[in-house]
Amino acid sequence: MAATHETVEQVRALAEQKYKYGFTTDIDAETAPKGLNEDIIRFISAKKEEPEWLLQWRLRAFEAWKTMQEPHWPKLDYGPIDYQDAYYYAAPKLKNKPKSLDEVDPELLRTYEKLGIPLKEQAILAGVEGTEGQAPAIAVDAVFDSVSVATTYKAKLEEMGIIFCAISEAVHKCPELVQKYLGSVVPYTDNFFATLNSAAFTDGSFVYIPKGVRCPMELSTYFRINQANTGQFERTLIIADEGSYVSYLEGCTAPQRDENQLHAAVVELVALDNATIKYSTVQNWYPGDANGVGGIYNFVTKRGACRGVNSKISWTQVETGSAITWKYPSCILQGDNSVGEFYSVAITNNRQQADTGTKMIHIGKNTRSTIVSKGISAGRAQQTYRGLVKILPRAEGARNHTQCDSLLIGDQCGAHTVPYIESRNRSARVEHEATTAKISEDQLFYCRQRGLSEEDAVSLIVNGFCKEVLKELPMEFAVEAQKLVGISLEGSVG
Amino acid sequence: MIEIRNLHATVDGKEILKGIDLTIGPGEVHAIMGPNGSGKSTLSYVLAGRDGYEVTKGSVSFYGEDLLAMEPEERAAAGLFLAFQYPVEIPGVANMTFLKSALNAMRKHRGEGDLDAMQFLKLVREKTRSLNMTDEMLKRAVNVGFSGGEKKRNETLQMAVLEPKFAILDETDSGLDIDALKIVADGVNALRSPERSMLVITHYQRLLNYIVPDHVHVLAHGRIQRSGGKELALELEQKGYKDFGVEEAA
Repeated sequence: MAATHETVEQVRALAEQKYKYGFTTDIDAETAPKGLNEDIIRFISAKKEEPEWLLQWRLRAFEAWKTMQEPHWPKLDYGPIDYQDAYYYAAPKLKNKPKSLDEVDPELLRTYEKLGIPLKEQAILAGVEGTEGQAPAIAVDAVFDSVSVATTYKAKLEEMGIIFCAISEAVHKCPELVQKYLGSVVPYTDNFFATLNSAAFTDGSFVYIPKGVRCPMELSTYFRINQANTGQFERTLIIADEGSYVSYLEGCTAPQRDENQLHAAVVELVALDNATIKYSTVQNWYPGDANGVGGIYNFVTKRGACRGVNSKISWTQVETGSAITWKYPSCILQGDNSVGEFYSVAITNNRQQADTGTKMIHIGKNTRSTIVSKGISAGRAQQTYRGLVKILPRAEGARNHTQCDSLLIGDQCGAHTVPYIESRNRSARVEHEATTAKISEDQLFYCRQRGLSEEDAVSLIVNGFCKEVLKELPMEFAVEAQKLVGISLEGSVG
Repeated sequence: MIEIRNLHATVDGKEILKGIDLTIGPGEVHAIMGPNGSGKSTLSYVLAGRDGYEVTKGSVSFYGEDLLAMEPEERAAAGLFLAFQYPVEIPGVANMTFLKSALNAMRKHRGEGDLDAMQFLKLVREKTRSLNMTDEMLKRAVNVGFSGGEKKRNETLQMAVLEPKFAILDETDSGLDIDALKIVADGVNALRSPERSMLVITHYQRLLNYIVPDHVHVLAHGRIQRSGGKELALELEQKGYKDFGVEEAA
């Protein structure tokens, strides 16, 4: 009893621990007036110098949104959101659009430095790249409030025909690609939050990998909400053409603020024949304080379409932040023999709430999907795994394996598992395994007898519990994620 | 030197230890024998500082320090090791990782720096070799899917790596067949040294054929009823515990 009680106490103490990324950047920003209406949408579109078709697309989305209701089926409890009380556009004031990193406001660069995001391109000497001991290069696109501030390694990627830039830039650079694929996976009428995003999205990243190209470095976007009362509505679009491969990382943080901030992003992935997209997220938005004051409301629609034969999309997510998380990265397995994967670690502490999971829609023959979900709840947090595995009649030989494990710390949190399985093909094989466990006193005492502090013991046990998922992350992310697991639960690692 | 004086302890409000007196000098191996429910395991948990085992009276001095005032991890760092009767499984945590975290945590307590991966690997290889073990066990998750014998060998390996001043072996023979028992006993014997004392807790005399104690104590009804040399264990083997007012069930 006592050990459990102590753990609860300890978890409570952690709440007072400062969110490491909670600082704000003092920078001149340009904001549009509060609220969302046609004028604001026209304003955003004009700011980005968008073509008419995109403006019309936004406006159609806005019309649709006005008729839609916020979904209330998730197991999430929060007060009403006043969508007219937020800024839909905030941009750091730039005198001129920077052409290179040297022209970016040093204050912004310092922000990313504090966050540990490398925006400086290290000179890579010919032949030295990839030698032992040298960190592999990561190309980064940094999105600050509503705009993308810098993209690194652009030139090097362009040599290979890879396009990696802000989506607002892609609209001008390769309009035919954007027009063809934008909204093709998540239509503008998809759901309340995706539709809001379609109307109001401000920036985000765009990736195109040409036929047969294996992207030589991790591509990464770093999202940062800085401005108060600002929503962030970014939109990411990744297209992997035939036979290509890309690994993409997404990280997020926000300053510590008392009011709730809205984040409604859309991510669309398209994998054509024999292409593979690996998408990894470490989400560490500000989670609010111990009493549930403040924190990010994270309503995100992420979906990938395996359009081509033998294509593969793999989602890996480590979710530790946000006050509210509503997120179901999904795969539409359209091409024959295509593969969908979802690996997830979600940690909720204090008053955090998460309703997260995935959807695997099997359309093509011999499509396969794997779901591994690890949920950890502590404090008074509530967490739900919600997943759908759907096998359509044509999906001969489809297979799915789902594993959902929940770990509870203390006796005031909750874990819920809601799996939906719909199979309309007799040859399909669908497996579902679920476990719920508590960190036992036996485990804690065993570790402490071997000299580990209670905090380190919890961190070790939880990292063991998440291992299957953490090993899916790219190396340089895995270490960060392991630390984050520690910080989210005890705050012992600085 | 470990000095236990008039130690009383309760579990869930019930008094289990009713005044234990025991002094263990450096390098000495003491055996505590007793029937089920006599308080043997309670004594080991009280010494290791497990929650829920409340000391109501008495003192324990551990090389001059007040053991009872320390947290479990501080006791471990001070040099107290408990080989568990039922070693605990920790899924997903490699044995190697666990050992390294444990050793470095103790080094930190003692104000020493971390061993790096290479130094640690060298140390563990040395220890496994000295205990006639393979390092295959190091790659597996802590105790997960281990046989009874493997679990006890793993405890011995941990002891070898952590190098305690005082080791408590709680029913190390339980769940072992005779071959496994010999292997584990060999491991323990290899760790006997003039600086390391041990407290071997067991129900049966069998284990003491392999780990020969300097002193044997009979624990019953929460007190040490009799103390003697190793021949006391043999006497108990013949007569059972009935002289101490205990009826043995099977």
